[in-house]
Amino acid sequence: MSDRTASRAGSAPAVAIRDLRFAYVAGRDVIDIPTLEFAAGETVFLHGPSGSGKTTLLGLIAGVLAPRAGHLTLLGTDLTTLSSGARDHFRAAHLGYVFQMFNLIPYLSVRENITLPCRLSATRRSRVTDPEAAAQALAERLEIAGLLESRVTALSVGQQQRVAVARALIGAPELIVCDEPTSALDADRRDRFLELLFANVAEAGSTLLFVSHDLSLAGRFDRTLALRELNRAATAGGI
Amino acid sequence: MLLLSLAWRSLRNRAVISGLTLLSIALSVALLVGIEHIRRGVRESFAGTIKGTDLIVGARGGTTQVLLSTVFGMSTPTGSVSWATYERWRAHPAVRWTIPYALGDAHKGQRVIGTTAEFFTRYRFRDRSVTFTEGGPPDTDREVAIGAEVAERLGYTLRSEVVLAHGVAAVSFAEHTAHPFIVSGIIDRTFTPIDRALYVTLDGLTAMHEAEEGAGGLMMGPPTTQTEGPAPITAFLVGTKNRFETLQLQREMNEDRAEPLTAIIPGVALGQLWQTIGSAEVGLRVVATLTLIVGLIGMCVALFASLESRRREMAILRAVGAGPRTIVSLLVIESGVLAILGAMTGVAMVYGGIFLARSAVEARFGVALTLHPLGSTEWLYLGLIVVAGTLVGLLPAWRAYRNSLADGLSPSL
Ligand SMILES: Nc1ncnc2c1ncn2[C@@H]1O[C@H](COP(=O)(O)OP(=O)(O)O)[C@@H](O)[C@H]1O
Ligand SMILES: [Mg+2]
Repeated sequence: MSDRTASRAGSAPAVAIRDLRFAYVAGRDVIDIPTLEFAAGETVFLHGPSGSGKTTLLGLIAGVLAPRAGHLTLLGTDLTTLSSGARDHFRAAHLGYVFQMFNLIPYLSVRENITLPCRLSATRRSRVTDPEAAAQALAERLEIAGLLESRVTALSVGQQQRVAVARALIGAPELIVCDEPTSALDADRRDRFLELLFANVAEAGSTLLFVSHDLSLAGRFDRTLALRELNRAATAGGI
Repeated sequence: MLLLSLAWRSLRNRAVISGLTLLSIALSVALLVGIEHIRRGVRESFAGTIKGTDLIVGARGGTTQVLLSTVFGMSTPTGSVSWATYERWRAHPAVRWTIPYALGDAHKGQRVIGTTAEFFTRYRFRDRSVTFTEGGPPDTDREVAIGAEVAERLGYTLRSEVVLAHGVAAVSFAEHTAHPFIVSGIIDRTFTPIDRALYVTLDGLTAMHEAEEGAGGLMMGPPTTQTEGPAPITAFLVGTKNRFETLQLQREMNEDRAEPLTAIIPGVALGQLWQTIGSAEVGLRVVATLTLIVGLIGMCVALFASLESRRREMAILRAVGAGPRTIVSLLVIESGVLAILGAMTGVAMVYGGIFLARSAVEARFGVALTLHPLGSTEWLYLGLIVVAGTLVGLLPAWRAYRNSLADGLSPSL
């Protein structure tokens, strides 16, 4: 794992945050992070109790939320200088996102869910020779190949989460963001899920930002961070 | 393309709601376009009530009254025209043919008309002439040809004996039976007022009235210009030798010094009458438009109702790189697709309906529905419907936009 980190060491950090502030309601900051940096290819575990602003931080990193102040640089691009449309494009091209649950568009097949990023982003599309074949390959690696033509409603939660990982990974985006992807899984499935996730993220050479309140998962990661310690808003707020 | 396919898949996923929404739009479109077709059919049938006749001439009176009393067998005639006047105009060099029209007393609520063989050869409606199911025109003053509806209602058949008499008093006058009429022919259904009339010869009409002890003569009461020779008539129809002389002839007739006349051009008079009675169609159109509005509101409601359950879907789309504008487009495309498909289905329903029902409608109502291509009014409707449908989709789309901004990647579930 350190090899991979080294191989990308020369490039810009995957995420660099400086004095980042965000509030849903004026005057009540949810995020206030002076500095935070993830190296390219790093696997980072970020933990914090419920309501501490984990999802909000991921929303900022994904460019869906716009910070009130500060700078947020992804892969050398300062998101705060981009228009919201440009941020959407950037996200489509460079970021894979996995939700806690309900990751899939109900009216698309499993295969269509996986290939969706290739249809939204030319960059993602250009990194695979054929989206269908790429989906097939990812599905095999994630042990869901038999489900490709299924309706997503027929899938178990564990299967759905693996489909979500396949979708996040297709077209090898530089950054994979997971928001508590295992919290709906039982212990056995959670371990298998993490194994598959790590193997495939390593294969793609992506940076992994994994958020959870479950500290027992931290062991597998290059680095473990507590949001409370980084986020002045959380400590100040005394939640 | 992606959005279109997403919208399509999403609509299909909610097949029942989408189907019902589409159906409600289709029905209102069908109503709107159907009314337009029926309106056209009715107007054409109405305009075809009398064809080929260049002028209708009656005693001085209103245009509509002359038209109603001669062509539609409604309203009272404007008066009578003396036989001498009729003969004089018949001999006019511009006149090719004439049909005398003498309105007699009603027979069991149906009009009795005295005319000549000319009527059966010259009269045209919807480019057709009067034809017989059985028998033929009345030849003698004891024969009567009857319209299809008269035959049906009164149960007369060929060679039936008919006592033409004056309304209720009929039974008490023995004299009437002294001059019974024989049905000489039953006229094919025309879907014009001809179906509700009985036709006798001019002599027959006179005989019928003489049998009534002179108790009437023309329906208008005792003729004013009772001279020697044949009885006066109610009106006469004129065919000119040259269509271009019609206006000149009309003016001459209207200025007749000997007897005040009103000559009308049937097509013009029918057009004017349609203007008056045709306003009912405005009401129909208003109803159809209201139905359409209900349909569009229904679509708006259906889309709104789906939004709450789609917040998660919107967050997923956001996560894979869709912008809020993409979300708006998706919903607007959905409503646009529903509106377009609804409009197309509605038009298809109209054409299918006309195709299946037109022979039945023509047989029953005499309205010839034609499968003509959409006219500019219809295209305008369809365009407005699609535009309105898409605009209506903007409301839920705007809401979804607000939701997706507020939710970000964490829709409250
Ligand atoms: N869409 C939103 N609008 C307003 N407040 C929000 C919204 N999402 C989250 N919050 C608030 O922001 C804080 C952080 O929430 P969140 O980032 O979801 O925490 P976590 O993911 O760590 O549980 C919470 O107090 C929550 O109530
Ligand atoms: Mg969260």
